[in-house]
Amino acid sequence: MITAWLIRALDKKAIIVLAILIAIAVLVPVSNLFVPAGSPLHLPDHFVPLFGKYLTYAMLALALDLIWGYAGILSLGHGAFFALGGYAMGMYLMRQIGDRGVYANPVLPDFMVFLNYKELPWFWSGFDMFWFAMLMVVLVPGVLAFVFGWLAFRSRVTGVYLSIITQAMTYALLLAFFRNDMGFGGNNGLTDFKDILGFNIQAQTTRAALFSTSAIALALAFLICAGIVKSKLGKVMVAIRDAESRTRFLGYRADNYKVFAFVVSAVIAGIAGALYVPQVGIINPGEFEPANSIEIVIWTAVGGRATLVGPIIGAILVNAGKSWFTGLLPEFWLFALGGLFVFVTIFLPRGIVGTVVAGWNALTLSRASVKEEEGRNSRTGDPKDQPPPGEFAEPAE
Amino acid sequence: MTTEHPGTLLYLDGVSVSFDGFKALNNLSLIVQPRELQAIIGPNGAGKTTMMDIITGKTRPDDGEVLFEDRIDLTRHDESYIAELGIGRKFQKPTVFESHSVWDNLALALKKPRGVLAGLFYQPSAADIARIEEILETIRLTARRDELAANLSHGQKQWLEIGMLLAQDPKLLLVDEPVAGMTDAETIETAKLLKEISKTRSVIVVEHDMSFVRDLECYVTCLAEGSVLAAGSLDQVSADPKVIESYLGR
Repeated sequence: MITAWLIRALDKKAIIVLAILIAIAVLVPVSNLFVPAGSPLHLPDHFVPLFGKYLTYAMLALALDLIWGYAGILSLGHGAFFALGGYAMGMYLMRQIGDRGVYANPVLPDFMVFLNYKELPWFWSGFDMFWFAMLMVVLVPGVLAFVFGWLAFRSRVTGVYLSIITQAMTYALLLAFFRNDMGFGGNNGLTDFKDILGFNIQAQTTRAALFSTSAIALALAFLICAGIVKSKLGKVMVAIRDAESRTRFLGYRADNYKVFAFVVSAVIAGIAGALYVPQVGIINPGEFEPANSIEIVIWTAVGGRATLVGPIIGAILVNAGKSWFTGLLPEFWLFALGGLFVFVTIFLPRGIVGTVVAGWNALTLSRASVKEEEGRNSRTGDPKDQPPPGEFAEPAE
Repeated sequence: MTTEHPGTLLYLDGVSVSFDGFKALNNLSLIVQPRELQAIIGPNGAGKTTMMDIITGKTRPDDGEVLFEDRIDLTRHDESYIAELGIGRKFQKPTVFESHSVWDNLALALKKPRGVLAGLFYQPSAADIARIEEILETIRLTARRDELAANLSHGQKQWLEIGMLLAQDPKLLLVDEPVAGMTDAETIETAKLLKEISKTRSVIVVEHDMSFVRDLECYVTCLAEGSVLAAGSLDQVSADPKVIESYLGR
């Protein structure tokens, strides 16, 4: 059953994406660690965690595409799941510091000593164990998404209203995590990490390993998403996106399908966050900023909704652009981002990948119709040929 | 109040519902037998679509009984549960899944477990494929099976939706204005198809096209202002002075 499912997920597109991701998982560390510094093939040290960060963003955008592109759920709070996964990882990394902190307390992280904590809060226990922290990376975003999704989708909250409450959710978490007495380091968050699994987190080899892990995790997440989208489940999700009430009249419980997609998406976002934190070296409440969640939507829209590959490309391109642009004209980045979103919405509604695919299909189709010399309907073609319907569209009835 | 109504497939008794004070249905009673083809006619606002909404669980009645197969109280269930019980619905405006192919539209409608995990691991069996091919043949869309539903003509979408109903394999089909936008030839074919379907299951057709209703050769119920005005054969109903006054005469 599982093998048949995997084989279906592995079409030509998926194999190419996986091959590229595995190739960079190998080549980037090799080029950084083993190619001598003078060589043009050498990748400078600071690029490795930077590209690693882009890959975790790509994974986050992929997670959003699964629910937005395929199930029509526009989450404007997906950064919250990313941040929660990041905090779970951050808590593990804090516990690994041990007595090497400024206050040299063997159990309490520095910020707790500073805030006069006498003992570790209950919810910090267990985070000294890697397996437990990894379990929480999956469980905390997953359970939050389940509860949130179950309440929202059962009450048939859709469209803009759902987007607004996801935004409210991440904002509420932002305010909560800012508080010092929440026990998560307040404004400063968690930082000054030393080790991960016993390896020095600053070491170039550790960074290379984290990069490879991110690339492989992205590949696996892509495979899972492709498998879901290609299954009948994925087709039901698209049916719900396009005509929710019609799908209900066919006997499908739309709320269960949406909750499933939402939870899978939140878990992928959480894992992305957990990989992000050791590479950037800090997690703070800023990750819950509503603006961050909106940026994810822009990456996905730029790359192309409902394509799975698009969001990966979009996240990497936009963030590479951001790194370059903020080096050049830091004050103008937000204007550039806003302008990009407007441009894409007006001129590339299918995003980069969607436009390329549609153009390719139109080309092959026009060749085919020239051969046939028949006045066939030129609008026919691959499902990808069609623009995804507007996310705010009411189900047709 | 609940009584046994042996042998009926659908039993509506004293159903009333109002929206903001407007009585959409007023003490409506209707019985559908197994393997019966029944046509519902009536002027706009007579409550035809509201009746379908109540049967399929989209709207809750304020009062009255709605029983399926003598015992299942439909007013207590939601759309997806009622669909799984075996009541299929075709909407007035054809609603097919436009970004799916014709084939996938039928595959989604095909009677199979509707759960999330069942959907994740579903592999079409040879029987499933044969059934879809058979339905494609019936609705004459075999040649367009791989095309997007969005690219079908209006009449073809109507047929695809009827095909989706067949794939659902329901015990009762509710068909709302199936021939709107169809050519005369398509209309005649649709009447034949619905009569064929009613040999194995019950069909309720809501329609304005009188010549189409005549072709169905079935029991006709005329609704007006939310209740039954007249019922019987089409000739009986159309000769009824009340029907002429409120519907046909206009």
